[in-house]
Amino acid sequence: MTLLTVDGLTVHFRIRRGLLKGSDDVVHAVDDVSFALAQGETFALVGESGCGKSTVARAVLQLVRPTSGSIRFMDQDVAALKGGARRKMLRDAQVVFQDPYSSLNPRMTVHSLVAEPLRANTKLSARELEDRVLSLLEMVGLGTQHLWRRPHEFSGGQCQRIAIARALALDPKLVVLDEPTSALDVSVQARILVLLDELQRHLGLAYLFIAHDLAVVQSMAKSIAVMYLGQVAEQGPAADVFGEPRHPYTVALLNSSPSPDPEARATMRVLEGDVPSAVRPPAGCRFHPRCPYRMPICEREYPEPQRVGSRMIACHLPEDFDLSSAGATIAREVTAVAH
Amino acid sequence: MSSATPSTHLSARDAGAPAELLAVHDLRLQFRSMRGLVKALDGVDLTLHDGEILGLVGESGCGKTITGLAILGLLQRPQAEITSGTIAYRGDDLLIKSDAQMQKLRGRDISMVFQDPLASLNPVFAVGKQIEDVVRLHKGISRREARGVTFEALASVGLPADKDTFKRYPHQFSGGMRQRVCMAMALACGSPLLIADEPTTALDVTIQAQILNLLLKLRDELGVAQILITHNVGVAAQTCDRIAVMYAGSVVEAGPVGDVLNRPRHPYTIALYQCLPHGRTANELQTIPGSVPDLIDPPTGCRFHPRCSHVMERCSAEKPRPVAVAERHSVSCFWAAERAGIPLDAELPPRSDTGAGLEAGATA
Repeated sequence: MTLLTVDGLTVHFRIRRGLLKGSDDVVHAVDDVSFALAQGETFALVGESGCGKSTVARAVLQLVRPTSGSIRFMDQDVAALKGGARRKMLRDAQVVFQDPYSSLNPRMTVHSLVAEPLRANTKLSARELEDRVLSLLEMVGLGTQHLWRRPHEFSGGQCQRIAIARALALDPKLVVLDEPTSALDVSVQARILVLLDELQRHLGLAYLFIAHDLAVVQSMAKSIAVMYLGQVAEQGPAADVFGEPRHPYTVALLNSSPSPDPEARATMRVLEGDVPSAVRPPAGCRFHPRCPYRMPICEREYPEPQRVGSRMIACHLPEDFDLSSAGATIAREVTAVAH
Repeated sequence: MSSATPSTHLSARDAGAPAELLAVHDLRLQFRSMRGLVKALDGVDLTLHDGEILGLVGESGCGKTITGLAILGLLQRPQAEITSGTIAYRGDDLLIKSDAQMQKLRGRDISMVFQDPLASLNPVFAVGKQIEDVVRLHKGISRREARGVTFEALASVGLPADKDTFKRYPHQFSGGMRQRVCMAMALACGSPLLIADEPTTALDVTIQAQILNLLLKLRDELGVAQILITHNVGVAAQTCDRIAVMYAGSVVEAGPVGDVLNRPRHPYTIALYQCLPHGRTANELQTIPGSVPDLIDPPTGCRFHPRCSHVMERCSAEKPRPVAVAERHSVSCFWAAERAGIPLDAELPPRSDTGAGLEAGATA
């Protein structure tokens, strides 16, 4: 069953430029993003800073108002929800942020942190509340001995567990995970990923997973969208997109992510330049100034996303263009020969 | 590794092979804190040769940054106290040098770049002037000559060597460009050793790849030896010639990057590698039980033993010394040594001894 449908989502922010003249500029944070997320599944948004992945999540959570496009959650248009229906929707969609120390109130105990959403939204008796708090903590691998401590007494991984317990308190259908392990060490990251995977299977949760680390995304998500400067470059099943990337940006992203296998050492074909400003994004394909295969048309026309097999690709290159032989080879093969 | 050629015989410590640039030996360091003494470093051994990139890999709090700062003499006394060990730079012990001598050495012989380039640059001076000041301080040359050196430094890190770059302020650069500025400043005086502390952690992957390529270029074209401090195993795998894996204040395993990562011997290295999500689905991920110890009251013996899946009785009683399990590949672990068929007692002199057994193990 489809839980969340995002269709043509566009979010622009107005910013004021200049002190006296009120000339407004527009940040094109997200342009025309569409995807669907089924119950119990994970959809991931991947990309570098400023690509708009968090803005998509914030729009889904109604923390920012979309400029255009629609978001349907459990068959309801979220923009039209008011009052109690809106509050119900917000209970069903929860979020875990990157930095657990800044998302937990340092003056509250673990008990009050986890009990807070229950107190605000339910009419549980004191007894039921205790039971629920304890079972939530147990679910994320914490125990009674942690109940009366405050966030500073915990490690980053434990704080993230508290944040997850809080997010799960109201039995949500959807959890937005915004870089949930980026601030953690790898051994702690592994434990949080394992926990999230178990919770998903036991509770049937849907995850909207936002990350910049391709390896993390690959291990968590079935389908993904690779974003660049507010637009989706390539979208489809994770195995296909990572296995045989068809957009030059996906290829570049994969090539730049360092593999932990020293034998897969790359003659890394590195992308030149920086990500341009989203205030005046490049005309045509927004990736064209950094694209090794740019053609004249790329500077003029935005490549409408095309369906190619299982995925959507926004690129002017012909469908049968061989990205791997054109020099942007995935490192593994190159060094395999060198060895 | 094709790139590891400059230093083939690391074991030949006193045989006049490629010059040993830096040797840290049995470095122990503690911090005073309100709660007690934090035993931050517990006998660190490192060797770096000319034109080599050594990766210092480990998780938060394992002491990798502290090791870097200790080499540069940047730790505040008396809060930080080095209780034993030597840090030899070209055979000279840095620990007995005066502050003034260290001041001269920093930036000229050993330089450092940090994770956050914006915090390491002065926001109110143009970047060119900041680099020029460093050059003039160390070389005592005229402003005009220093400007030439500054332009060369900017060019060597891939920045446009023109007046426009020179006159720009740190906030006018992107994160990747700022890190290049920091590296230009670090290398402007021709220092042969660069300590890079998480230089790409604040950057996006495509920019990270640019900076890592720059590190390799500095090694290959200018012969700059580097200590790359990183928590990212992938970054180390792609950039370093040798790596040293640290856990709770000691180097647990060190050797050529291919040997250590593809044939890890220490249980911590093995476990760490299996925690990486690369090519594994979440239900295939391995985890390490327990958590990193509190260094005020660290475990006795091997500091990893409470979390180790191969723990033996001996592990909690004494700290394993590094032993050579393969050419240039050393491991501090009783289990790994036993597995490699190394007679432990022969290799392990009594603790107080700093003699031959350790020499063989630590630098081989």
